[in-house]
Amino acid sequence: MMTTEELQARAKNVRKNIIRMLGEAGSGHPGGSLSIADILVTLYFEEMNIDPAQPKQPDRDRFVLSKGHSAPALYATLAERGYFPEEELLRLRKTGALLQGHPDMKHIPGVDMSTGSLGQGLSAANGMALALRLDKSAARVYAIVGDGEIQEGQIWEAAMSAAHYKLDNLVCFIDHNGLQIDGSNEEVMNVNPVGDKFWAFGWHVISINGHDIEAIREALQVARTVKGQPTAIVAETVKGKGVSFMENQAGWHGKAPNAEQCRQALLELEGECK
Amino acid sequence: MGIATREAYGNVLKNELVKNPDVVVLDADLGNATKSITFKSVAPERYFDMGISEQDMMGTAAGLAACGKIPFASTFAIFAAGRAFEQVRNSIAYPKLNVKIAATHAGLTVGEDGGSHQSVEDISLMRSLPNMTVISPADAREAEEAIKAAAGYVGPVYIRLGRAAVEDIHPEDYRFQWGKGEVLREGADVGIIATGIMVAKALEAAKLLEQEGIQARVVNIHTIKPLDRELIAETAEKTGKIVTAEEHSVIGGLGSAVAEVLVQECPVRQAMIGVRDSFGESGKPAELLAKYGLTAEDIVRAAKGL
Repeated sequence: MMTTEELQARAKNVRKNIIRMLGEAGSGHPGGSLSIADILVTLYFEEMNIDPAQPKQPDRDRFVLSKGHSAPALYATLAERGYFPEEELLRLRKTGALLQGHPDMKHIPGVDMSTGSLGQGLSAANGMALALRLDKSAARVYAIVGDGEIQEGQIWEAAMSAAHYKLDNLVCFIDHNGLQIDGSNEEVMNVNPVGDKFWAFGWHVISINGHDIEAIREALQVARTVKGQPTAIVAETVKGKGVSFMENQAGWHGKAPNAEQCRQALLELEGECK
Repeated sequence: MGIATREAYGNVLKNELVKNPDVVVLDADLGNATKSITFKSVAPERYFDMGISEQDMMGTAAGLAACGKIPFASTFAIFAAGRAFEQVRNSIAYPKLNVKIAATHAGLTVGEDGGSHQSVEDISLMRSLPNMTVISPADAREAEEAIKAAAGYVGPVYIRLGRAAVEDIHPEDYRFQWGKGEVLREGADVGIIATGIMVAKALEAAKLLEQEGIQARVVNIHTIKPLDRELIAETAEKTGKIVTAEEHSVIGGLGSAVAEVLVQECPVRQAMIGVRDSFGESGKPAELLAKYGLTAEDIVRAAKGL
């Protein structure tokens, strides 16, 4: 098990790589990528039973990034964990490159489900959880959905199904950073109270600070003890977390930083300038 | 008259596919109509009713396939190809997951439920998707064989099935050949290329044409994608005239697929029998086929008009 400090250091690397890769790509989604870095490193470096040398091992735990536009965070985490060389990150979104704009399970080692069209990933996570249960596997399934994403009706179809089929091998994080492309959730289409909605659908709901590694770790431990229902972890997060000028700015949902902004962001993430 | 192709689906699930422990079946509250419910009686632990939520059903099927299962996702064609189109595209076809979509109640022969439920666009939608195989069986025997073959093939397959009973045109020892058209009758004067329930009509039309001294070659295209381009080109070379027949819109279906081959390989005149850019309506299946120009007589008229 890693110390909290070690996981925080991993998360810092992931955030720096998110900035580097988006700067290089010239397009992509920094805000929602930065908001889930702490959750991802806790999953990939501590919680999940995985082996980067055997990315297709049948008994592995699965991860579905339902909010697929945050692919940079997933790719940076997978590279950090050793699924593919870090250099690949700098070819994100380039013609002929491995790393597609949204997660592509067909080609990218470690990506368990192709996602990107919002609302679809949770259903796939349910299917994985059903399959693993049929196989009497101890493997677990993790998903992250965005708070804007839960405006998609399919999320609630899937929320109903997961509870109906008592998928206690499934954990879904809701990245509740409060912002989406056109503005705040409240302005665009109110999603609150998020936790109450999942509770009403039959989920075990835990609310945490999504940047507090110890809180993430603890919530995942609790989820393992929940029987007969899926667990939703409502993670209160900051969109653009770690980069002052991106934090809590809807404008940084889907815009890449320019060279100067990258330099500034990397300095901040290194903690040399705040 | 034989049984409906959806009945064949139910039979093959219960009698054959249940033996494969990887096969799982999903439905969206239509198991009694799609006949997928038969699987529940023999393997309840591998049957998942997803409720009235086709989009979630397709995504769930994708997840099951991603973990090595062979899911058969069943619902009406209008919902499978229509409502859940983008789930089929992005969660199944794009990652090339091993999901079989059993789409029943296709075409006008849904009958009384009317235009809202009569899918005449599904072939067009599904064949435009990369990685997707599209199969449209002509009778129950072919449906059974095609469904068994689909279970053994790795990749997404759309299987178009009907509500109404159809004539048996295949013998008991029929062997289904994936991606290969089937010449049911030889003739050099005109080629009739049909799919689904229109294959029986094509054979009937060939008999009527024979009475007038016209010999028709009848080709059954059960696999619309990948299409047997060679057989289509050969039929055009041999006959010089083609009539296509399908219980589907003339836009984007078998007729379009055949035209795409002919224009590149062997340009000849082609008449298209199908629904002419309109929605259906309530009525008895046979009456609707007559009203929308999908009878043997319509095929005969089209053949003679070339």
